[in-house]
Amino acid sequence: MKRRETLKTITLSSLGLAGLNPQVAEADKLMLPDEPVKVPGGRQKFEAIRDAKLKLDKFFTPHELQTVTILADIIIPADSKSGSASQAGVPAFIEFMMKDQPRMQTPMRGGLRWLDNQCTKRYGKPFALCPKTQQIEMVDMIAYPEQAKPEVSQGVAFFNMMRGFVATGFFTSKMGIEDIGYKGNTPNNWEGVPEDVLKQYGLSYDG
Amino acid sequence: MNDFQIKKAAKVYDVAIVGSGAGGGMAAYTLSKAGANVVLLEAGGYYDPKDPKYITQLKWPYESPRRGAGTTRPFGDFDAAWGGWEIEGEPYTSKPGTEFHWFRSRMLGGRTNHWGRISLRFGPDDFKRKSLTGIGEDWPIGYDDVSPYYDRVDKLIGVFGSKENIRNEPDGIFLPPPRPRLHELMLKKAAKGLNIPVIPSRLSILTKPINEERGQCFYCAQCGRACQVYADFSSSSVLVIPALKTGKVTLINNAMVREVTTDQNTGKASGVSYVDTVSMKEMSVQAKVVVLAASACESARLLLNSKSQRFPNGLANSSNVIGKYLNDSTGASRGAFVPALMDRKRYNEDGVGGMHVFTPWWLDNSKLDFPRGYHIEYWGGMGMPAYGFGWGIEGLNGKIPGRDGKPKPAGGYGASLKDDFRRFYGAYVGMAGRGEPVPLESNYCEIDPNTVDKYGIPVLRFHYKWSDYEVKQAKHMQDTFEEIIHSMGGIALGNKPTAENNYGLEAPGKIIHEVGTVRMGSDPKTSALNKFQQAHDVKNLFVVDAGAFPSQGDKNVTWTILACSMRTSEYITDQVKQNNL
Ligand SMILES: Cc1cc2nc3c(=O)[nH]c(=O)nc-3n(C[C@H](O)[C@H](O)[C@H](O)COP(=O)(O)OP(=O)(O)OC[C@H]3O[C@@H](n4cnc5c(N)ncnc54)[C@H](O)[C@@H]3O)c2cc1C
Ligand code: SF4
Repeated sequence: MKRRETLKTITLSSLGLAGLNPQVAEADKLMLPDEPVKVPGGRQKFEAIRDAKLKLDKFFTPHELQTVTILADIIIPADSKSGSASQAGVPAFIEFMMKDQPRMQTPMRGGLRWLDNQCTKRYGKPFALCPKTQQIEMVDMIAYPEQAKPEVSQGVAFFNMMRGFVATGFFTSKMGIEDIGYKGNTPNNWEGVPEDVLKQYGLSYDG
Repeated sequence: MNDFQIKKAAKVYDVAIVGSGAGGGMAAYTLSKAGANVVLLEAGGYYDPKDPKYITQLKWPYESPRRGAGTTRPFGDFDAAWGGWEIEGEPYTSKPGTEFHWFRSRMLGGRTNHWGRISLRFGPDDFKRKSLTGIGEDWPIGYDDVSPYYDRVDKLIGVFGSKENIRNEPDGIFLPPPRPRLHELMLKKAAKGLNIPVIPSRLSILTKPINEERGQCFYCAQCGRACQVYADFSSSSVLVIPALKTGKVTLINNAMVREVTTDQNTGKASGVSYVDTVSMKEMSVQAKVVVLAASACESARLLLNSKSQRFPNGLANSSNVIGKYLNDSTGASRGAFVPALMDRKRYNEDGVGGMHVFTPWWLDNSKLDFPRGYHIEYWGGMGMPAYGFGWGIEGLNGKIPGRDGKPKPAGGYGASLKDDFRRFYGAYVGMAGRGEPVPLESNYCEIDPNTVDKYGIPVLRFHYKWSDYEVKQAKHMQDTFEEIIHSMGGIALGNKPTAENNYGLEAPGKIIHEVGTVRMGSDPKTSALNKFQQAHDVKNLFVVDAGAFPSQGDKNVTWTILACSMRTSEYITDQVKQNNL
């Protein structure tokens, strides 16, 4: 048996999750090169094989990726404290999630199409090719769920999803974790809430 | 080669144990220390929390391409559970109109590698619910029978907590508890005003070292990933691996037990047959005593599948009770946003892997419209960002004025949105009730007549519906949660669950505390096991998981599995000495 076939048998029978859930089954369709997959610490073998396959696949077209990148940086731009969503690698994370959880593909691809279609109707061009002012005008129509007009409700749903992906992607990146100021994930000794914080909230450990 | 030729090992072990989770790990530990030759069969692979091959502890979200999303592991990429609600090739089914969710881990240590470490003793009343309320079932034993074993489990494994002298929430032998986090102090203060007690939690985590083999907690909040210095309790690190060091235990991984075999002449168990899941070969081992610890439902499945001429109903099932009275904890939850916690000063508040405080059941059911209680678990704080961070902020940021004190429209983007994430970080809390259901004969698992797994083993079919008791309890939970949230000045998130959705009562099985399927009792007509968890019908057969428990208290069950497994293991040793098995 060639290695490729061996891998296929391994994933389908003993290790794979084909048939378990569509997310996981999807990965089985892809082919791996003939090098053995290295299993990183903390992963099960079937997960390592699956991840390797997903990384070989591509979901977004260059145009879609460009649109996602523009939207990501509108949602989380650089400021005095940290960089932008794209600088933190958010588009690549979204690309991976599309392959990892294929049920997200239609809302994402369809949402991008919806956006391009709206922009073409209004401005004669797809979103990515519109000037910044028009992009922002469009985003303003869908970024505020409680103010948006009913006729753009699908755009609101799409933007909510985009906002969620961008926030998760940014704040789980190294840059985003530094920005948010998370101080843990390191050996330490928990001795309680710092004294000045207790004082600020009028709390104590004696009461 | 003929795969169907069953390979029989010549050796006869003193004891065969099926499953290496809480129940099986404790049995292997206790019996091997007492000198027995043990064979331990585990359906999953080998796992050791300190082996870099398996370590996920202290990894960052960006070390996972999906940032920890739960695509292949239900509790996220870094969680130490191999398996989940569904396992490829190992289906289960449910009867139309009913629902049960079954979480299984296939690995050394079972579900104890990633469990919540909430380690509560049952109280005296929890063993005597029928006598006290007229419904449900009494245990054939009481608190006094188990309490010496709880003491020994406390000392052997380690648990932190505080002496509270609450009658039905017995104190243990505790290590010092960690101090509450900021939101926990606020919850405590809010609840106090409502006469709801909030006390230090009781988790099996070593806040002080207890022996040479295990380290001390270094407060990373990641017990769900299993602790590489063995500072939390996993059956793998704390029981099985030490048991292996006695040299008395033969561990067979990837051994999916199919049946308990019996000697048709004596009617005694003779060992087990299993499938080697790697080679797919049929194997068997022989033993003088068989101990099942495959988890409540799986042990029932094994017995029901062990049919023979002598035991046409399944093994140890002359009562016909096996599979029945399946019950899981109730669960309902609510989240909240606490404006007072906005713009917090940043510091490391990871703490231990779990809550530092909780609420034990505090009310008198005779004054309520439902018969059993619940405890409340809390969460919140400045945790490590994970997949899901920031989703849904449009449901909240329109309710919170900006830095300039002016209202902002919900949703948005850009610098002001980025600032909201910073301001809101660490200002969320949540709470979940975990309650006791009333065990019912009509809630059960049975063998599905039409379905087998990939090993050809007939699978379980579930039939489970909550009764009014549990729904009313969930309603009470929701009212309590809102009171606590409002009293701490919080904004409850989402809509309050209503009768239409059973007040947010989770589907059966979701709380992962299944018990009752092979219950013990004094009457062989209504129970499968006697008070030592020994089969009434087959004296050398024992069940040491929660299948044996007639009810489950408003406590999580694992500490009781451990204590009872230790008790049964010592009974086995004693009976072997007396030649009674
Ligand atoms: C996320 C989570 C959080 C939890 N939190 C808590 C908590 O805070 N407090 C608490 O008390 N409880 C908690 N629990 C429940 C706790 O994990 C279980 O009560 C406990 O692990 C049950 O122990 P057990 O030995 O019966 O079964 P398990 O731990 O499930 O072990 C059973 C073992 O048997 C093996 N096995 C099954 N079938 C076979 C077979 N046919 N042949 C061979 N081997 C087999 C399995 O692979 C497994 O390793 C939690 C569970 C989960 C999933
Ligand atoms: S919180 Fe403590 S016991 Fe839990 S994994 Fe971290 S160091 Fe280990």
